[in-house]
Amino acid sequence: MKLMNKTLLSAAMAVALTSTAAHADLSDDKVKIGVLADMGGVYADVCGKGCLTAVEMAVEDFGGTVLGKKIEIVSADDQNKPDVGSAIVREWIESKEVDVVTGLVASSVTGAVTKVTTDNKKIALIAASASNAFTTKACSPYNAHWTYNVVALANGTVKPIVQQGKKKWFFITADYAFGHALEGIASKVIKAEGGEVVGAVRAPLGTTDFSSYILQAQASGAEVVGLANAGADFVNSLKTAAEFGLTEMMDVAGLLVFTPNAKALDPAIAGGMLTTTGFYWDRDEESREWSARFKERQGVIPAMPHAGAYSATMHYLNAVKAAGTDDSDTVMKLMKSTKPDDFFAKNATLRSDGRMVHDMYLVRITKESERKSEDDIFKIESVIPGDKAFAPVLAACDFK
Amino acid sequence: MATFMGINLFGLFGQLLVGLINGSFYALLSLGLAIIFGLLKIINFAQGAIYMLGAFAAYLALQYFGIGYWAALIVVPLVVGLLGVLMERFLIRPIANEDHLYSLLLTFGVALVLQGMFTHMFGSSGLSYAIPDALKGGTKLPFMYLPNYRAWIIIASLIVCVGTWWMIEKTKLGAYLRAGTENPALMQAFGINVPLMVTLTFGFGVALAGFAGVMAAPVYSVSPDMGSNILIVVFAIVVIGGMGSIGGAIITGLGMGIVEGLTKYFYPEASNTVIFLVMVIVLLIKPAGLFGKEA
Repeated sequence: MKLMNKTLLSAAMAVALTSTAAHADLSDDKVKIGVLADMGGVYADVCGKGCLTAVEMAVEDFGGTVLGKKIEIVSADDQNKPDVGSAIVREWIESKEVDVVTGLVASSVTGAVTKVTTDNKKIALIAASASNAFTTKACSPYNAHWTYNVVALANGTVKPIVQQGKKKWFFITADYAFGHALEGIASKVIKAEGGEVVGAVRAPLGTTDFSSYILQAQASGAEVVGLANAGADFVNSLKTAAEFGLTEMMDVAGLLVFTPNAKALDPAIAGGMLTTTGFYWDRDEESREWSARFKERQGVIPAMPHAGAYSATMHYLNAVKAAGTDDSDTVMKLMKSTKPDDFFAKNATLRSDGRMVHDMYLVRITKESERKSEDDIFKIESVIPGDKAFAPVLAACDFK
Repeated sequence: MATFMGINLFGLFGQLLVGLINGSFYALLSLGLAIIFGLLKIINFAQGAIYMLGAFAAYLALQYFGIGYWAALIVVPLVVGLLGVLMERFLIRPIANEDHLYSLLLTFGVALVLQGMFTHMFGSSGLSYAIPDALKGGTKLPFMYLPNYRAWIIIASLIVCVGTWWMIEKTKLGAYLRAGTENPALMQAFGINVPLMVTLTFGFGVALAGFAGVMAAPVYSVSPDMGSNILIVVFAIVVIGGMGSIGGAIITGLGMGIVEGLTKYFYPEASNTVIFLVMVIVLLIKPAGLFGKEA
């Protein structure tokens, strides 16, 4: 009898073992994606619910399952607050079985969240943040920074303008980490190209009235005014610049312009302005097809973080499938060794430092007369190859 | 370029004028708050959301009913004022006899609901509203280029502010109003319908915010959070001017606009805190505010 029990037990164990081996090596028997974004604040249109939609589309297009197991999605609002964002992600990882986090908008929130993901060896797919810190001074083997960053924006927009001979710059900068980083890197590019920065003014985030700063820019004697801000700050500062006649005296360069913000501006004011983007919906047949599907669900055309969130999620799921596991180290290794290639990622590679390098686009905001539809916002002027747009890998961040 | 003690005078004049323009908005909004608080003792936290509502109403009126800017200046405050009347009648009156904190929390809740609703319907990026044709362009002053619309803001706001002050402080209607809130029972005994007066006063205070919203639509981005950004500043202004002092609210509104303008010139980083600094100093020295009566 005793022997019989032992035999039964070992047989049961063998069955249990083989069944695990036959199935995938997935933690908690599923893959769970967390989408964290500002859902109702200033950056809601830039990522927000649209990023959730994009991730849902990626999961559906992937088939809803990976290695025979369900792919689940959770989402939350970080309210642009680092403490809120990191608390949510900690809870997701510790008690909600989340394997990977995406969305990630305000750089300050992403900074706090990537600390949590790195400590817990979970991958962060950064779809919307601008700071380049996540692949430099705050780099981590678990960060994958997708859509764009401040370096690409400065190289893409500032360099060609300086090369055209407009060498004297003045900055109106959003007074927080992102604005400072953007102004700093843009200034470096200007100096490297033989230009000079004649002044800068730091406007608090969420400033409604920019007239005072515009007057200072007018008095500065600059040839170009760089707007190192985003979202509503960008819209308000450009509107005021036009009203006070600044746009007639000087060139204005918007360093970070998302399509919904460009859409909020009168084309008579914004038309003709150059800016750099990681994605534009009307680039080719492939991008139009995806964007039409997105618009059908979300009601608006996708901004670059939406396309980035889809592309990053897809690349992650493909890697999980190929690896046969959701173990972060194994998956990340595969993500870095296979090239992302979809409607968003062109000539793309996820480098050892976690920077996703891909074609960026120098675009011009269209004038009223050029617009064939309300979504006809940008015209692609030139393609900026990834290695020209992004800075090289730092030795300290070379996670091979 | 004219300079004085190393300061670029032209630049300074420009900043003073720009400060005055912002001050005009502050004055309009703080006037509405001061009327509602001074006469009704209601702290209306929804004033910022109603300002936002005014701007959106102007946008929607143009988009869906073809009502242009000038008509909107009249229609929108009326519609918004009517909403204020309904809000007073059905939300605030039932708790009128409770502590002031209740109406504060209630109006704060209304503000959050309105803001959330508009974010849901229109997104957070803002909408654009064109400057009316008659006020396009600008005038070249020796020290700056003054857009015509900005000059109009100063004029319109001064007319509305002075008119309101005169009506409340100098006319018979204003006297009834002040008496009715001072001693409602006595006024009722004289045959005056005090509850109706209270409702209309609230509606008027709210309509002022709607008016400011229409004024703001062409120059600021029409977005759901435009009200919450400005409300806190406006509250600080009302506190500096003396809670409930109507003339105080107007003068402090204009004055703080100028103080802020100067700060933007000399030390821009402090421009969104300077008003609160003034508030702290005023509260320490004269707790009732610059123009308030000591309790």
